[in-house]
Amino acid sequence: MTPAAGETPVWTRKHLLTLRELSREEILYILDTAESFKEVSTRSIKKVPALRGRVVVNMFFEESTRTRVSFELAAQRLSADVIDFTEKMSSTQKGESLVDTARNIEAMGVDFMILRHPSAGAALDLTRAVDCCVINAGDGQHAHPTQGLLDLFTIRETKGRIEGLNVAIVGDIAHSRVARSDLQGLLKLGAKVTLVGPPTLVPAAFRQLGASVVHNLDAILPEMDVVNMLRIQKERITSSVFPSVREYVQLFGMDRARLKRCKPDVLIMHPGPVNRGIELAADVADGPSSSILRQVTNGLAVRMAVLFLCQQAASGAAA
Amino acid sequence: MGASILVRGGRIVDPSQNLDEVGNLLIADGKVAAIGRTAGVDAERTIDAKDLIVAPGLIDMHVHLREPGNEERETIESGTAAAAAGGFTAVACMPNTSPPLDSDAGIEFVLRQAARVASTRVYPIGAITKGRAGKELAEVGLMLRAGAVAFSDDGDGIMDSGVCLRAMQYISMFGRLFIQHCEDKSLVGRGCMNAGPTATRLGLPGLPAIAEEVMVQRDITLARQSGCRYHVAHISTAGAVELVRRAKAAGQMVTTEVCPHHLLLTDEACVTYDPNYKMNPPLRSQMDVSACVEGVRDGTIDCLVTDHAPHSHQDKEMGFQEAPFGIIGLESALPLFIEALVAPRVIDWPRLIHMLSTRPAELLQVPGGSLRPGAAADVTLIDPQMEWTLDAERMRSRSRNTPFHGRTVRGRAVMTIVGGEVRFSLA
Repeated sequence: MTPAAGETPVWTRKHLLTLRELSREEILYILDTAESFKEVSTRSIKKVPALRGRVVVNMFFEESTRTRVSFELAAQRLSADVIDFTEKMSSTQKGESLVDTARNIEAMGVDFMILRHPSAGAALDLTRAVDCCVINAGDGQHAHPTQGLLDLFTIRETKGRIEGLNVAIVGDIAHSRVARSDLQGLLKLGAKVTLVGPPTLVPAAFRQLGASVVHNLDAILPEMDVVNMLRIQKERITSSVFPSVREYVQLFGMDRARLKRCKPDVLIMHPGPVNRGIELAADVADGPSSSILRQVTNGLAVRMAVLFLCQQAASGAAA
Repeated sequence: MGASILVRGGRIVDPSQNLDEVGNLLIADGKVAAIGRTAGVDAERTIDAKDLIVAPGLIDMHVHLREPGNEERETIESGTAAAAAGGFTAVACMPNTSPPLDSDAGIEFVLRQAARVASTRVYPIGAITKGRAGKELAEVGLMLRAGAVAFSDDGDGIMDSGVCLRAMQYISMFGRLFIQHCEDKSLVGRGCMNAGPTATRLGLPGLPAIAEEVMVQRDITLARQSGCRYHVAHISTAGAVELVRRAKAAGQMVTTEVCPHHLLLTDEACVTYDPNYKMNPPLRSQMDVSACVEGVRDGTIDCLVTDHAPHSHQDKEMGFQEAPFGIIGLESALPLFIEALVAPRVIDWPRLIHMLSTRPAELLQVPGGSLRPGAAADVTLIDPQMEWTLDAERMRSRSRNTPFHGRTVRGRAVMTIVGGEVRFSLA
């Protein structure tokens, strides 16, 4: 399918659920759009009227600071009205289902639902219940597409390309929606992805999803262009997936010694929040190889692009 | 480094080189310098090995040294002295000490003690779970860095299948052996001897063979999923041997070991209520003994071990039901394996040495098991014909709990050389 530019729009979706369902062209289109929005943040008046009069609801059923704030700010910069639906004090705790809650909120007239939910598949469920746009801001261990997009954006911005890069994702892959979204996006754009961690956190089944699975971080570091360190949950110790923070740091922590084993221009990423001194040493997290804060900045541009494109598609479909 | 030693005119049996011939062995700088018929040159010491078997040092991969915590039963010093007297140049010690060896600090303690006082090499086996409690993973990676060679919760098989699978997956990352004491605790109750007609007659609660087999079966399934190198400790039942045989035939990385008492004695030995016949796994039926012997014959069983488990006289005096499980074995194992396996021609000498030296070295991924020039000079000299009587009172172990006291046996280690140094000599 190679339509001439302008005939068929690249982006026709009103929802963003996963990166798996997107084509390479769609992903690149979001990244390109985000680049133009990144420029908006550098203006003295950081607002465009693209979503004026639209209502965006942040529906977060899980703890989140940066993703929630990032979506809120993205919507505000597009001039939308933003409502925050917090998980506590909500009727879901009285037994109302997600779908019922969403229908009630939609009845008040909203255009976007940004959903963070502990259950995999929750965002897809929501699209079946409501007519407004649904943006998945993280569903269980399944997907976190805007994190995947902002990681892709940051890599492309730093390296100038994604195709052909060696990217390692290190840590608790099994329980990570970020790892799954990164993996899908990176593979679509032609990167080679290596998942690193103990077998208890990096199941061999990921090989069938197109990644390499490796248990020795030191062995692969010298070849990597990008190393994405995931947050480790100390709660996993009691479920016997790794024995102690001390051992995890020795085997899989990124510190200055390991950084020296990397290429000089390696990009160290982290989706945040960082356990400083555990998966990432503080001096590496704050050092010149790290893109942690830039990822947060880019997240805003990427989320503006996603809201903008989905809104356009929804309006187009309605017209 | 000891002086150079020429071991002259012995029957050199080295399975690692497919070698079985009369010849000389020259040791210099703690290493094997030369081997073969014409290797004779001047050395500072010459040992006449005529009519002796010259073998790579024996390695016992299942020993309880009791230190730290139970030094009245055994210490690293006394246990390795017993090992050297039995012909062993290396032992792997189990982590069921007090406190258990479940951290790098514990492993370092054992290695530091061994460097000071041990007669043999000591390879610590680290615990798989913290406190050997079967719940949370122990610091396997840190223990490995400190010098642990394999991992086991020893006397307590991991009951929780989820914990067991994750532990196997985690340990598979390091490629080291996962050793399991296979016994489903929910099936054994207060059992103290093999469940069967003898236990029924004696009125003693039984340890059923199926308790071992259930865990072996489960573990083989889990190990297949996890990809770990899985080793069944002290196999004792016909059913378990058959399960390992089938897993091997299916290409799985499953190995096992057997003790001398499970090749020579049956549960009928318990009729005197002598606690020296109480061990875990217990003495089984004649059918199980025959199956273990057959498992050695056909290669299902990889290694021969002692499960050397010292207990004080006081502890063993408590009576059969109350006494702790376990018997000592380091100073009696070699002649007993000869009696059970070589004398009745189940296996030949090269195979015996393979199972007592080369194979354990492979499984534990430690040096040894070979007399190749350049290898550390860990050598055992064996008089295969010497007839002697096992005497618990003359053993170097701190404990005396052996059912083989007074038994007349044939074959004995007459010299044990570790790293070119003579650590035991009968003469």
